[in-house]
Amino acid sequence: MTVDLFITCLNDAMFPRTGEATVKLLERLGHEVRFNERQTCCGQMHFNSGYQEDALKLVRHFVETFRDAEAIVAPSGSCVGMVRDLYPRAAEWAGDEALLEEVNALTPRVFELSEFLVKELGVEDVGAYYPHRVTYHQTCHAMRILRVGDAPLRLLRNVKGLNLVELPAVEQCCGFGGTFSVKNADTSTAMLADKVQNVMSTGAEACTAGDNSCLMHIGGGLSRLQAGTRTVHLAEILASTEGEVFA
Amino acid sequence: MSAGGIKPARTFQQAAKVTLANPQMRRNLRHATTVIREKRERAVAELLDWEALRDEGAAVKDHVMARLSEYLLDLESAVKARGGHVHWARDAAEARGIVAGIAEGHGAREVIKVKSISTDEIELNAALSERGIHAIETDLAELIVQLAEDRPSHILVPAIHRNRAEIRDLFRRKLGAELLTDEPKALAEAARLYLREKFLTTKVAVSGANFAVAESGTVCVVESEGNGRMCVTMPDVLISVMGIEKVVPTWQDLAVFMRLLPRSSTAERMNPYTSFWSGVTPGDGPQEFHLVLLDNGRTDVLADEVGRQTLRCIRCSACLNVCPVYERAGGHAYGSVYPGPIGAILTPQLLHLEDKNANTLPWASSLCGACYDACPVKINIPEVLLYLRGKITEEKPLSVEAVAFKTAAWVMSEPHRFEGAIRLARTGQGPLVRNGAIHALPGMLGGWTDTRDLPAFPPQTFREWWRKRPAPQVRGDDGNAQTSEGEPVAPERTDDRGPV
Repeated sequence: MTVDLFITCLNDAMFPRTGEATVKLLERLGHEVRFNERQTCCGQMHFNSGYQEDALKLVRHFVETFRDAEAIVAPSGSCVGMVRDLYPRAAEWAGDEALLEEVNALTPRVFELSEFLVKELGVEDVGAYYPHRVTYHQTCHAMRILRVGDAPLRLLRNVKGLNLVELPAVEQCCGFGGTFSVKNADTSTAMLADKVQNVMSTGAEACTAGDNSCLMHIGGGLSRLQAGTRTVHLAEILASTEGEVFA
Repeated sequence: MSAGGIKPARTFQQAAKVTLANPQMRRNLRHATTVIREKRERAVAELLDWEALRDEGAAVKDHVMARLSEYLLDLESAVKARGGHVHWARDAAEARGIVAGIAEGHGAREVIKVKSISTDEIELNAALSERGIHAIETDLAELIVQLAEDRPSHILVPAIHRNRAEIRDLFRRKLGAELLTDEPKALAEAARLYLREKFLTTKVAVSGANFAVAESGTVCVVESEGNGRMCVTMPDVLISVMGIEKVVPTWQDLAVFMRLLPRSSTAERMNPYTSFWSGVTPGDGPQEFHLVLLDNGRTDVLADEVGRQTLRCIRCSACLNVCPVYERAGGHAYGSVYPGPIGAILTPQLLHLEDKNANTLPWASSLCGACYDACPVKINIPEVLLYLRGKITEEKPLSVEAVAFKTAAWVMSEPHRFEGAIRLARTGQGPLVRNGAIHALPGMLGGWTDTRDLPAFPPQTFREWWRKRPAPQVRGDDGNAQTSEGEPVAPERTDDRGPV
């Protein structure tokens, strides 16, 4: 299959290794991977912060960029959640019927990485090797908007050498929420404190998730505490093999 | 502290600091929400048709909203036909005036009250007090809040933020109870002795309403203690204040909510006391009944296509109990009798998005979506939060933040601008970076780095790597990786790469 990558602006600028891992993984599974360099940002940050008119520019830009793609895959549940769940809202609220039509035609082809692998491709063993004790944080948008279910866990259980340990209160938000983490810094910090404590209680070497935004938040808390636990994007674990350590 | 109302005295951010800085209150909240949350999950899991029931609940409410005036008029004539009086209150002041006028008309110096968040909404107690009428809360938790001169912090468990030892001390102080222990039984007995006397001697009662059935003019209150039953049956005069959205067409419709509400709120299969009254019955119960139909901003919420779903709310508080923000910041942070996720969308709307403090509430959410999953009538709270954020932002004068977002949208709408901005940030971050991370950011972004590190921009973006990478390896028919020959394996690239 020809897969169009949507790397997302945060990954592009801050976490390029995740994008590289996604490329590596999909190519290892035999897919042709494309990266349309016109892509920028899904507009979630704007939309969620109340700047819906500005977000619309980015919605239109996304639609134009990916109009002809067969499958669009992103290593981010949050950004895919924005596209699938909120692009239709954005178009509706702007009263733009033409855009709504385009969005509705596009959204069935947009996938988060783990759901693409498990639900679309039917692959659960991607041939990865990662000999570490790992705990998995379920990100809110992947869990509640995309309903990826246990797709990431199925993938992780098939990683050779990986010791998967359950994260207590796994369904609780880490407190990132985009600009929430800055606008309501105190509440966000209180949520993060519990999440970090739960991560540390597992004794895991690494905490993984399908979203670098949440991981950046959890990682920021772990780093401040010098907890000795890393955060690693799921794609980087899945891309790692005995021959090549990715993360 | 004020006894109620919906106008927050401070922004959410300011108010949240109080609970966040109170470890005892945070422990109380965490304990209570965790217990209720787990119980609710078990209670809901027992019903195989839960999802269908949620859909039905939402559909009934939507149907009512579409024909609200019709059902309210039906309700009015049915109540009147059964000997009750109906009053229409446009706003809080009108509602207060109606209730106080009736109480005064009967020469009441004291009224007993139960289950009436709507009377807290209109700040009835203070208004009665101004006229020399003392209102006594009879719901145990509400009584605790009233005696402590506190505000409720939860829709269903108003004293959720208090523990037993605190309540024992309060009863000793305020009720003169000789309490040796803080056992629930002893606390309940102290309250019972105090309230029993009030039930037997007070002539006028004020209640809220969970539902009202239009076809028969029946008002309904559900509760767990029986104090509500006492309140609506013992006095001579009963005044019920009800938000206009609480009407349901038929008893059949009511049955849906009788299944949805207890499981969602107290995690019970059926709530212990459900009281119904239709007008007056000679020789049985109050001989004078008044129903006050309260608008107070609701018809404006109804007029908004997206916001309207807020009025489906049956005040079960499931959204509060699952909300990670509520769990940490507590109910008082919302500055209104309607706390938690539902409060974050209801309060600003009832105030027509004109109250500066209430307008911070739609941002009091990480948009995790737990509230939407828990809501028995499927109010898409995250959607309404976003919608309100948009409306409020639209109305605001141009701020530094707005300029930043506008600039960001301009930058992001062209890849070469985006790339240029990253390059600029990479150069600019130099002085902030220590050991690969940023530990202190300037300005409002400092809210992040006060408690969290931020990774530094890496030396190469993904797209820079993509351009430089060698031709991809594809898997051949034999399963071995090989460089494909002759095939156009290099990913398609656009000409517009921006400045390189």
